[in-house]
Amino acid sequence: MKSRRLLAVMVKELRQMRRDRITLLMIVGMPVLQLLLFGYAINTNLRDLSAGFADQAGTAGSRALAMDIVATGVVRPVLQVDTPQELVEAMRRGRISLGVVIPRDFERRRSEGREAVQILVDGSDNAVQGAAAQLAQMPVDGSSASPLAVHPVSVVGFYNPQRRSAVNIVPGLVGVILTMTMVLFTGVAIVRESERGNMELLIATPVSSAELMIGKVLPYVAIGLVQTTVVLALGLWLFEVPLGGSLLHVYLAAGLLIVANLTLGLLISTRAQSQFQAMQMTFFIFLPSILLSGFMFPFSGMPRAAQWFAEILPLTHFLRLIRGIMLRGASLWELWPDVLALLAFTAVMMTAAILRFRKRLD
Amino acid sequence: MPTDAPAGNPAVDFAIRVRGLTKRFGALVAVDHVDLDVPRRHVYGFLGPNGSGKSTTIRMLCGLLTPTAGEIEVLGLHIPQQAEQLRTRIGYMTQKFSLFEDLSVRENLEFLAAVQDIPRAAARRRIDELLEQYHFQDRQKQLAGTMSGGQKQRLALAGAVIHEPELLFLDEPTSAVDPESRRDFWEKLFELADAGTTLLVSTHYMDEAERCHRIAILDRGVLVADGTPDALTGELAGRTLVVEAAQPRQAQKALVSLPGVISVAQIGNVLRVLLAEAGGAEERIGRELQRAGIEAAVSASHASLEDVFVSATRGQPRREDAA
Repeated sequence: MKSRRLLAVMVKELRQMRRDRITLLMIVGMPVLQLLLFGYAINTNLRDLSAGFADQAGTAGSRALAMDIVATGVVRPVLQVDTPQELVEAMRRGRISLGVVIPRDFERRRSEGREAVQILVDGSDNAVQGAAAQLAQMPVDGSSASPLAVHPVSVVGFYNPQRRSAVNIVPGLVGVILTMTMVLFTGVAIVRESERGNMELLIATPVSSAELMIGKVLPYVAIGLVQTTVVLALGLWLFEVPLGGSLLHVYLAAGLLIVANLTLGLLISTRAQSQFQAMQMTFFIFLPSILLSGFMFPFSGMPRAAQWFAEILPLTHFLRLIRGIMLRGASLWELWPDVLALLAFTAVMMTAAILRFRKRLD
Repeated sequence: MPTDAPAGNPAVDFAIRVRGLTKRFGALVAVDHVDLDVPRRHVYGFLGPNGSGKSTTIRMLCGLLTPTAGEIEVLGLHIPQQAEQLRTRIGYMTQKFSLFEDLSVRENLEFLAAVQDIPRAAARRRIDELLEQYHFQDRQKQLAGTMSGGQKQRLALAGAVIHEPELLFLDEPTSAVDPESRRDFWEKLFELADAGTTLLVSTHYMDEAERCHRIAILDRGVLVADGTPDALTGELAGRTLVVEAAQPRQAQKALVSLPGVISVAQIGNVLRVLLAEAGGAEERIGRELQRAGIEAAVSASHASLEDVFVSATRGQPRREDAA
């Protein structure tokens, strides 16, 4: 491998990139757009769920409880009825997504330590169900007869920090954005040369497979780091995401993910027949990455087979790294198994890509 | 001027020697047992219609495609095994413009110079030299994609010769170029040949083929003729006639049905007739036309390369017809 040729390929890539406005826009625009989308729109802390109340007890204690539930901000009372049946009816019509039933024997149940309140949940929306399930954890303290004991202190603690989901999402978002853009950019990189007819020229020159592959990948490492910076800066500024660990380690982790994704993209590029196919393959990787890596759904809740599959995905390992570093203040070296996994992934993909890429047309 | 030695003579230094070269794509035989000897310092023409296997042959010679069968020796190297060693010694100009459209003229040349591993200082000198020779001094910063067809071809040629290769492959280099640019382009090719480069040029233009030192005619993957243009046209002596008739269309109808007539082509007001055999055909054709009630003057004519092409490609039964 000659550094002169490697450099020539890199310079060529950068010059082409500089003239490609759409790619330039994607480099900065995509992280910003995704950060805003995920940061603001995807909010697992639900608020203002429309709720109906059926207070059959009508005691001071039951009214206090209802007010406490409303005070959490999770629900907004829209309906007062007498029977649970009316709540179910309203829910079917979509007027309410949550119903609170306080039975006639509320006071006695509470003093006996039995279930005192029933919350009906519109299960057709998964997120509502989750939020309401947490609402049900509200301490309706049965051991005490005092209405004050049901003051929902812990519920306030659960829902109040609105930043909480952003704190979880922003570090992961670095990984999601890098997975999407890096795989896509390199995924189309080689195919584009073939589609435009440049490949026939390139393979007739002395440039080697490794020079071509590595020369194409390296400029994108820089771009990936720029994207990382954009997401982190916005995350820190807009969502006040804490940075528990070392910034250097955050960048090292990002670098590992970038290289892993780029080599994956290269492999795709040697397989795909067209830029469109390369994009399809990218999304084939992207979807499981988002769903199985633990970015959206908890890793531990997945079936064993899905977990094994997720272990292959670079994003899974990166999420563990970045959450560890940013949120728990861990160092990269303490998380070495995931570092090793990313390095191994990179080595395998790069080798496969170079081996698969033949300087032949047939 | 290069001397013209008969093919196969061991005393001649050959840039390319090919025996039994065959390429199949599934059921399609794109190149069918082609033998080829290209002497050094020659402009060697590859003539044939689209789909005759010209590009496939060139790609195999460059080591870009693996032959199904046959032996290739290019500049003393066995291809495709030693293809990598060949890369620095050949230039290849693809049929479709294959430089980077989103790089400028100079950037394209810089890239190719670096990829060919020309030392920096030498590369800068060579690029300046090429920019001047190929008239790009005031277009150095223009993006390649914004240039005309002729300019693109000139740039592609400059790129293909940046490392001063011994052997240059050009795959239909002038197919998208206006006649004047074509003439300029061929001037450049002869300059290169004079400087010692061997050139293999594929074309489907007869006038370009006529300029070559030697030509090979490919038809549906088969090499049907091979020699100097003079030798090839000489073989047709006495087999070409010119017929002048008041109603050329009618005369043409009458002529095509006559035995021994391979083809009749109208060129302006005259008809060119190609016969299967030489000798005394002039009077016979005249009589036949008279009998058909067509007044015409029949005279002998020199064979052109087009006649060679027609006789070579139509002389044999078509494979599709046989099937």
